[in-house]
Amino acid sequence: MRIPYYPGCTLKTKADSFETSALAAAARLGVDLVELPRWNCCGAVYSLADDDLIHHVAAVRNLVRVQEMNESGLVEDELRLVTLCSMCFNTLKRSNLRMLENPEDLEKINALMDREDDYLGKVEVVHFLEILREIGFQRIGELVERPLADLRIAPYYGCMLLRPAEAGIDDPEEPSVQEELLSALGAEPVDTPYKKVCCGSYQTVRDPSAVAGLAYDILEHARSAGAEAVVTSCPLCAFNLDSRQREVREEHPSFQEIPVLYFTQLMALALGLGADRCGFHRNYVNPEPLLRHKGLIREEDHG
Amino acid sequence: MDNDSTPSEGKRLDLEEIMSRISEASRQVVSGVETEKVKNWVTIHIMGRAYRVPADLTILTAMEYAGYRFVRGVGCRQGFCGACSTLYRREGDYRLQAGLACQTRVEDGMYLVQIPFSPAAKPPYDISELDCDESTLFEFYPELARCVSCNTCTKACPQDIEVMDYVQAAIKGDFEALAEGSFDCIQCGLCAIRCPAEIVQYNVGQLGRRLYGRYGSPEPEHLARRLEEIEAGEFDEGLDRLVAMDREELERLYAEREREKE
Amino acid sequence: MEIRRLIVTDEAVELTARVSELSGESVTRCDQCGTCSASCPMVAEMDITPSQMMRMVQLGLPEVMETRAMWLCASCYACTVRCPRGLDLSRVAEALRQITLRQAIDYIRIEEIPPEELERLPQVALISAMRKFTG
Repeated sequence: MRIPYYPGCTLKTKADSFETSALAAAARLGVDLVELPRWNCCGAVYSLADDDLIHHVAAVRNLVRVQEMNESGLVEDELRLVTLCSMCFNTLKRSNLRMLENPEDLEKINALMDREDDYLGKVEVVHFLEILREIGFQRIGELVERPLADLRIAPYYGCMLLRPAEAGIDDPEEPSVQEELLSALGAEPVDTPYKKVCCGSYQTVRDPSAVAGLAYDILEHARSAGAEAVVTSCPLCAFNLDSRQREVREEHPSFQEIPVLYFTQLMALALGLGADRCGFHRNYVNPEPLLRHKGLIREEDHG
Repeated sequence: MDNDSTPSEGKRLDLEEIMSRISEASRQVVSGVETEKVKNWVTIHIMGRAYRVPADLTILTAMEYAGYRFVRGVGCRQGFCGACSTLYRREGDYRLQAGLACQTRVEDGMYLVQIPFSPAAKPPYDISELDCDESTLFEFYPELARCVSCNTCTKACPQDIEVMDYVQAAIKGDFEALAEGSFDCIQCGLCAIRCPAEIVQYNVGQLGRRLYGRYGSPEPEHLARRLEEIEAGEFDEGLDRLVAMDREELERLYAEREREKE
Repeated sequence: MEIRRLIVTDEAVELTARVSELSGESVTRCDQCGTCSASCPMVAEMDITPSQMMRMVQLGLPEVMETRAMWLCASCYACTVRCPRGLDLSRVAEALRQITLRQAIDYIRIEEIPPEELERLPQVALISAMRKFTG
């Protein structure tokens, strides 16, 4: 299965561990994520003002690239666009929806992008977790080589995978897709009331201490529910929950650090692809001691 | 750039010639009498005022013909220095075009204005103290994050550079694409003038090329080899010979040197 | 609590209409149940709650433009999925932000972000912040 894949800016730099682990895990499942040629930044947030069209241009350009991939034969009759970053997913999906619902908006954007082919409105933006659900968690479980046994993980959804309802990939109040994945990988999902509470998102630029406060609540609830690590699918959540633990500790000296991982890092480990594909050096709180303790990273892994 | 603070004799003569052409040109515009020698004339609008100028001139020479004298806003006159950027519209066309005045021929009904400079501070940096990653670009040019992918920069570029693509490469931290993509930039500044996100693309490209040149691009093998040869003293003898030559001998050698074919 | 006499001025009507137009939300439908405020992760930082923001917009009170709630909204849509009236408050907050940003008044000064933060922050943070806080 070859599917157009949109990485997003951060997955090429500070969150490249997300991309590397996802591509490796996908390949193991027989999914070839083919990077969109000439993709551009999607804008990270969906613009909400009714009269604001210019901020949807970036998203629509990427949808045109999916058409081009089909025309040039890079993919065959595959108009789905897979994303990993939840922010990109939400932005691309909602801009796409707006174009489909408002043909006049699309007409204006097509006219503005006069050097591009017109966007024909046939692309479907999906998140990698949806592809995994389509493959089937039972099937994924069968491919697990190193079950994440005795590992208690709190899945963190945040906002962009779930809300608003028309953009979400799961029940906005009772999501379960990450729990199902974690169970298939052999881990024990830990439920916390904070799994869909916002991490503060872009407020991290203006107000790091408010974000550190939210991170503290989210992580402390995960820990008190018995979690040993938290997983996410968003590089902004990852930054706020992982890197901002530095600020959390300044505020709460007794706070104990807890690893925050991309769900794909755990997938790659469970599928037997080795720690080398996981890019743990990018994590602020090093997850390796925990994973080594659980026997998930072993000495023989590093040839 | 031309500099009029210490005009040479030659420049004074040029000035006289220009002044005489100016008076001629004004007379023609006023009287509508066409010079015998010039067969084709066009009307252009410089900052809103109409001038009749010979049709085979560039915007730059046409403006000089019309009476403008450039002290700044002109440089090499060869399309390399980027000093004479101009914005124009053709009659009946909504598109705002950009070009270098020295490279763009006048067209009948053209409306134009010179934008010789894009106001933008260039932050000082020591390249040896910087990392070749996207953080460095955002540190100096955080407004990069405001790009909306409208592609206006690309449309404004007189060098036909895919400016938006290299800005996007900067945002992604793809230094190879940034350096290669911005390579033909002549720093004219039209992209920055047109950018709705107020990004100074040409400065970002320059920092990107410098970082890539210093840290990102593979070191050329032939350079390393040549450095070794120099270290080993292979050129000492030849160099000593040159240093010992007198001026005449040097000039003869220079005239007879091997030249690349044009 | 001070009881104020409410005078509906032309300016007030205009502000309510402008916010409704920019957001596409019928702000007058809000019946002040407070579910949004109870759902908001940033409410502790705000000077007024989201439901108070809605009330001020309904009444067209110009003071709403001076409040911080709209800027502290993280566009997390927790209120959006829970509003029993089907209103999208994130759009209302965006409309209020846009009214200010379109007057060339930015909420953050990019040049004041400390260099060590610029080095740490992922692109996704900077890009989203600039889209929400600069015009």
